[in-house]
Amino acid sequence: MGRETEDMIVNQKDMLQKEGYLEAVTHLLFQLADDDFILAYRGSEWLGLAPHIEEDVAFSSISQDTMGHAAMFYSLLEELGAGDADKLAHARLAKDRKNAILLELANGPGTYLNEPQYDWAFTVVRNFFYVQAKKVKILSLKNTSYQPMAEAAVKVNMELYYHLLHWKTWFMQLIGAGGEARTRMEKAVTDVFKDLGGLFSQGATAVAFGENQLIDTEEQLIAAWKHEMTPIFDSLEMKMPKKFGMEKGDGRNGEHTQDLEAAIETLSEVYRLDVKASW
Amino acid sequence: MVNIISAGQPTEEAKYEQFMKRIEAGEKIEAEDWMPENYRMTLIKLISMHGISEIMGALPEKEWVPKAPTLKRKLGIMAKVQDEMGHGQLLLRVTEDLMKPLGKTREDILQDLLSGRLKFHNVFHMETKSWGDAGLIGWLVDGAAIITQTNMLDASYGPYARALKRICAEEVFHAQHGEAIILALAEGTKEQRAMVQDALNRWWEALLMFFGPGDAATTGTSKQDTTIKYRIRTKTNEELRQDFFTKYIPRVLSLGLELPDEEMYFDKEDGLWKYQQPDWSKFKEIIQNKGPKSNERLRLREIAYSNNKWVIDALQH
Repeated sequence: MGRETEDMIVNQKDMLQKEGYLEAVTHLLFQLADDDFILAYRGSEWLGLAPHIEEDVAFSSISQDTMGHAAMFYSLLEELGAGDADKLAHARLAKDRKNAILLELANGPGTYLNEPQYDWAFTVVRNFFYVQAKKVKILSLKNTSYQPMAEAAVKVNMELYYHLLHWKTWFMQLIGAGGEARTRMEKAVTDVFKDLGGLFSQGATAVAFGENQLIDTEEQLIAAWKHEMTPIFDSLEMKMPKKFGMEKGDGRNGEHTQDLEAAIETLSEVYRLDVKASW
Repeated sequence: MVNIISAGQPTEEAKYEQFMKRIEAGEKIEAEDWMPENYRMTLIKLISMHGISEIMGALPEKEWVPKAPTLKRKLGIMAKVQDEMGHGQLLLRVTEDLMKPLGKTREDILQDLLSGRLKFHNVFHMETKSWGDAGLIGWLVDGAAIITQTNMLDASYGPYARALKRICAEEVFHAQHGEAIILALAEGTKEQRAMVQDALNRWWEALLMFFGPGDAATTGTSKQDTTIKYRIRTKTNEELRQDFFTKYIPRVLSLGLELPDEEMYFDKEDGLWKYQQPDWSKFKEIIQNKGPKSNERLRLREIAYSNNKWVIDALQH
């Protein structure tokens, strides 16, 4: 281990001693982990049901990356003493989860086992807007005061390029096609904007994030997102609302929908058979 | 005697003879090469069924993807099911080239599946009930698939043989993934061990049926002879089933599991496993899409098709 790394670790230990620092880092990691985890779960429900076989393969690959990112954030939490990563992912109640509500919403009517009338337009818009929001956050996290999170951000960032390209291509293509596709996509865009604010919300912990130099402010992140998205909206002759909504509540503060309750029920079905067993 | 035809176009018989000589010499046939109509139709039937079975085969396991009990298992089973879809894609590409002269496309394959003209593999009509089934499918169903596919690795049709090479390499990982799930359960709690035994008991008959009936007496027809004649496969259904027993029975026993067939034994005299035949009348039902889950699984594909039709239309814009 080099001298510099040793210094960094000592530094990190000092920081974790600082009042409120550990709590703030923990909150931010939960927001990041829970966001990726629930969206990857929603993606896994699409397996075998995508518009064509090539997309099934590509979408699954993205969902695996996203689940991998969630696993990385949960393991950072485990290192901080928050508990076992699998337990954090499977055993927490909806009210303890910090993901944005937009990401927990079901893919459409039905369940993945029974009459899944899933909505591809909603899926494309939600994923595209999310990946762009994740990208601006991850870029900000490269400069976070918590070094292990900065290192994770570098890894995540490498994979985001392809995710972004994938969803942007779908977004441009389906809106550009006009007709029914454009109508469906415009509706999905309107719906997603109603809860997009929840992606940027830092909840009750926003001040602590700022004080501890963990991540840019909500306003800065939104501005960065709009900066990336505006040319795309312009090219498609689409309008972006001035303010993003949070109609269904703020997931960062533990507010959630029945959709999340149902998802947790499913994703932890086997885990709950025996929480102490090795699976 | 002067062969006046040889100066111009060779006869169909001459082409056929030439073709058979090529495959008997171990040469590979490529998509653009001349081939007898019967060979082309046999390949289309075989490979489209194989391809669509990979895609339909994703569905029973997919039932357990969102439910996988740990982050590691979630990642593992997602990757595994994705591979199956990828195999389906690869095989449909091979079929598309074969169908080109007939003016047919992938759309026709999917339509044939939905209308019931094209069948998918009998093993994928079965129900899954527990996480043990997710492990067992990966371990033994993929294990059985490795055995049938290895049997065709040297198939006379080059594009199929090459696709199978890649598929078999990945199937080996799948069998390891399934075996890891099963091992964790077999070494786990009493309930977890019971879960594996129960899965094995329920899947046993389906595993026997996996390789198809021993001869045409069961279902009235069998393609075994044609595919062997055309050098697409080498072994019969029964030989493959015996290979499966030889490879997997010792492994099943070493995990402390009981064989669901109490009378089963290895006969040293003729070197064959003696086992109770599955109920082949069930097999006949299944291959007419009347299996336990045939309709539900076809319905999922139908929804994926109808629900996303606007997307496909938009892409053709």
